[in-house]
Amino acid sequence: MLDKNGIAKRIAQEVKNGYYVNLGIGIPTLVANHVRSDIELEFQSENGVLGMGPFPFEGEEDPDIINAGKQTITTLPGASFFDSSTSFSMIRGQHVDLTILGAMEVAENGDIANWKIPGRMVKGMGGAMDLVASAENIIVAMMHTNKKGESKLLKRCSLPLTGVGCVKRIATNLAFLEVTDHGFKLLERAPGVSVEEIKKATEGTLIIEEPIPEMNI
Amino acid sequence: MIHKTVASVSEALNGLSDGMTLMLGGFGLCGIPENCIAQMVKTGVKDITCISNNAGVDDFGLGLLLQQRQIKKMISSYVGENDEFERQMLSGELQVDLIPQGTLAERCKAAQSGIPAFYTPAGYGTEVGEGKESREFNGKMHLLEHAFKADFAFVKAWKGDSTGNLIFKGTARNFNACMAGAAKITVAEVEELVPVGSLDPNDIHVPGIFVQRIFQGKTYEKRIEQRTVRPRN
Repeated sequence: MLDKNGIAKRIAQEVKNGYYVNLGIGIPTLVANHVRSDIELEFQSENGVLGMGPFPFEGEEDPDIINAGKQTITTLPGASFFDSSTSFSMIRGQHVDLTILGAMEVAENGDIANWKIPGRMVKGMGGAMDLVASAENIIVAMMHTNKKGESKLLKRCSLPLTGVGCVKRIATNLAFLEVTDHGFKLLERAPGVSVEEIKKATEGTLIIEEPIPEMNI
Repeated sequence: MIHKTVASVSEALNGLSDGMTLMLGGFGLCGIPENCIAQMVKTGVKDITCISNNAGVDDFGLGLLLQQRQIKKMISSYVGENDEFERQMLSGELQVDLIPQGTLAERCKAAQSGIPAFYTPAGYGTEVGEGKESREFNGKMHLLEHAFKADFAFVKAWKGDSTGNLIFKGTARNFNACMAGAAKITVAEVEELVPVGSLDPNDIHVPGIFVQRIFQGKTYEKRIEQRTVRPRN
């Protein structure tokens, strides 16, 4: 079974040379730490920066340079700043190659829910709806089950949707899966996890074509 | 050139009255018009509708106006950092319209550009799309979204000159550059008001035509919401 860093490490293998990548808050943020150093890429943050670098050294924080999580960041050589409208032109215009975000639920048809739990605090969708509606290449990073042990890979989402039919791949603590026309296709098992365990933790249709390889991370 | 400098923040807010719709630039606390917000708290203007990506934190940014119950309605994309906001929203005192961030930006941009409405795929098939006109383009469904209509836009820039030309720093450009010129009156507050002619025309982010009033802001706090650092070794 993988921890959050393990999930990020598996997703990092999907990042290809020349990619512009938008990372959501949470596990997706960790992906930046695991991308191979010989891969050329730039991270986009929807508040208006391309070429985002690591957190600043203590004492070098600049309140005018933050990411979409409102964290202080640095920029790398080649970086650029822009306004919010231009930022979403990059996103809606499909100039961003890969979007990695978290989810509360994903359905077997690729629907995603990650912005609202009715009756509890509603924080808002931020840029998530724009991202999932437009991105061609969306990977969800999440735990396979919620805190109550219930599956987050469902036949249909129960929570209000963020987007319809948009998720392409999912990396969880148990597995790496692809969303197909017929359901979740199991591509890889996390180290030490059996197909049976993945079956038990998946409520939606799971397509298994044995043998299922173990992740190489 | 046309001179737009006003002497004080109170002059800059001349004509602001109860019930108006206002745009406020910033993302989180980054690039917010601190002086204009402080002055609005002072004047006690009330029942305002605020178009702003976020709602500040409890004791800073738009949180200050929320504390005084001056805001009737918030139009935002993300409001998760503010307990007073949550309390007022759950009790029904505050109306809240949550919309996708890119749609928020483009509704400002559309108002700035004289585009009455536009189609976007964001929110189609979700509750954001309920009751909205939709249409298929290139095999994909889109929602019709309308330009905002606002009385004032309050933006904050790094440098500006008396003709209203603006330059921003870092990610503080965000919604500021989309809101300038998107309301009947745009007020720009700047960290440095410089003499006309000292800004290189090549470097201007927002041309002065989009700004009606500009003033030198004072004592910027520029509070950091999430101070994240890495170790030196």
